[in-house]
Amino acid sequence: MYHYNTFDEAFVQKRVSQFRAQVERRIDGSLTEEEFKPLRLMNGLYLQLHAYMLRIAIPYGTLNSTQMRQLAHIADRWDKGYGHFTTRQNIQFNWPKLRDVPDILEALADVGMHAIQTSGNTIRNVTADHFAGAAADEIADPRPVAELLRQWSTDHPQFQFLPRKFKIAVSGSGHDRAVTRAHDIGLETVERDNEIGYRVIVGGGLGRTPMIGKVLREFLPQEDLLPYTEAVVSTWNLLGRRDNKYKSRIKITVHEHGIEEISRLVEEEFEHIRPGFGGPNWQLLSQIEHSFARPNLETRPAKAHERACAGDRVYRAWADTNLTAHWRPDHVIVTVSLKKQGATPGDATADQMRVLADLAERYGHDELRVSHEQNVILPHVAKADLPAVHAALKQAELATPNVGLVSDIIACPGMDYCALATARSIPIAQQIATRFDELKVEHDVGPLKIKISGCINACGHHHVGHIGILGLDRAGMESYQVTLGGDHTETAAIGERAGPGFSADEIIPAIERLVLGYLDLRAGPDETFLQAYRRLGPAPFKALLYPKDGADAT
Amino acid sequence: MPRPFTPKVVTANRLLEGDAVWRTETGEWSPDLAQAELIEDAATAELRLLEAAAEAHLVVGAYLADATAGKRGLVPAHFREAFRTRGPSNYTHGKQEKA
Repeated sequence: MYHYNTFDEAFVQKRVSQFRAQVERRIDGSLTEEEFKPLRLMNGLYLQLHAYMLRIAIPYGTLNSTQMRQLAHIADRWDKGYGHFTTRQNIQFNWPKLRDVPDILEALADVGMHAIQTSGNTIRNVTADHFAGAAADEIADPRPVAELLRQWSTDHPQFQFLPRKFKIAVSGSGHDRAVTRAHDIGLETVERDNEIGYRVIVGGGLGRTPMIGKVLREFLPQEDLLPYTEAVVSTWNLLGRRDNKYKSRIKITVHEHGIEEISRLVEEEFEHIRPGFGGPNWQLLSQIEHSFARPNLETRPAKAHERACAGDRVYRAWADTNLTAHWRPDHVIVTVSLKKQGATPGDATADQMRVLADLAERYGHDELRVSHEQNVILPHVAKADLPAVHAALKQAELATPNVGLVSDIIACPGMDYCALATARSIPIAQQIATRFDELKVEHDVGPLKIKISGCINACGHHHVGHIGILGLDRAGMESYQVTLGGDHTETAAIGERAGPGFSADEIIPAIERLVLGYLDLRAGPDETFLQAYRRLGPAPFKALLYPKDGADAT
Repeated sequence: MPRPFTPKVVTANRLLEGDAVWRTETGEWSPDLAQAELIEDAATAELRLLEAAAEAHLVVGAYLADATAGKRGLVPAHFREAFRTRGPSNYTHGKQEKA
């Protein structure tokens, strides 16, 4: 993986000392809060309901064991012994004290990490397919270009005061695991005539006005990536609305001007700036690519894994749900669920982080990934080592066999932490997961994505959940609105609102009726919830949510 | 027509700790809502908010929140403010830790 060069190191260290001085000046009164706020936000420091919150970038979701151990150390030393992994491949600490933040940032810089541009109207953490470099279906590892984009966007002088935040995601395979269609720019790796390039998707986004991105270029040659991306952001930077923050994202700009006009302007700008990009960027990318070279995988017999599958039902259940095909048949990708039923989605304790770091070091070529679905991935594990990995995960309460199932719920922090939230999301996720665990139907129900947001900003991706839940404040009460039929993949779709909201007490039984009712509606055990929804349309699902007597609807 | 004034407290988060605090009658910042001054009219509310704004060395983001006088002292009018008096519901962290 990529290691900071001397430039990166000096840059990040300098930023830490700048921020240290800024914190001191805020405390001694030389800076007002109005002056300090943009400075702290530039460094990922928010003020939430109960405390400050520090959001740390995990670029394209990749970590090594040293970095994961450092996160554990930060959790123990300066926070409350855990961290929260987010839908944008960041980690958040919910309880830092202002005076400690410069020390935390320094500890991060020591291991090649930072919190720069995790907030504010800038280009945010560049996210990628969490199976990058490991998936059997991959066309090319998306991380080298994600790293190139990280370097290009970090402190980019033209893009520090954008109309609003700007999010880029890169996918490396035809199967979109990076939600590229719900990003300001989604880059989908494609191959044409043996040449690697990108389908450029622009103007996707969730939030108040959810939109699926539109294709701006079917095939962008790799060498044009930086000038083209810069042309897109520059075009929006000029056109994007600064008068109304609800209309400022590029999705609205594309919607208002039309994709043809945006395309014309982008191509014009692209031609104009293209000559300024060239040799050096190209060389840099090839250096970066070198640092993401595939690990040297030994050939290992898979017998131990096959024996465990045959003899151990618990192991078998885990292997069925939490493993994904690796490009090497004797290896697999292990998804470690941070969704134990009843636990907070995406939270890991410092001890669990250390277990993950140890496993990565011992069995996983020192690599870890964080997914937008709030799980952790060991991307290169030999099948021969799986029984040992499973045993260690089990001991750390990290072996929940539920990846992709009902209880593998995405949930934003909601009103338990977030100052913007209008309702809580975590308790809803906890209760749904616990309920379906009690019912023992998760595996029967099969693939199902429930995504919960605690406000319209949709950090919990509810619009693209097969079942989406949005928490709102209705006349001083928490109220939950259900959307159906959303899809976050290459067949992306925005879910449709099912009807009136449910109270906090009603929402769990409503979801239970919906999911159990689907079992009766499906054509067979192989028809997933989403397939059944697409075949039957919303009516029978709405009937499950809102039984005729209306007793459960508000 | 302007809405009738509902009783309020001044609340903010402490600069260094970041925790929620409420302004008392004597102008202190207390981590306990029960200690807060209940403001009964708009003019006083505006004045208290100005006083709070002058204390940027102690607190951040002061605002007025609805509260009512209950049997056992002041209680928040809205669930968001109730959470601020306790902490999150997924762990016993925040104020409920010490309670």
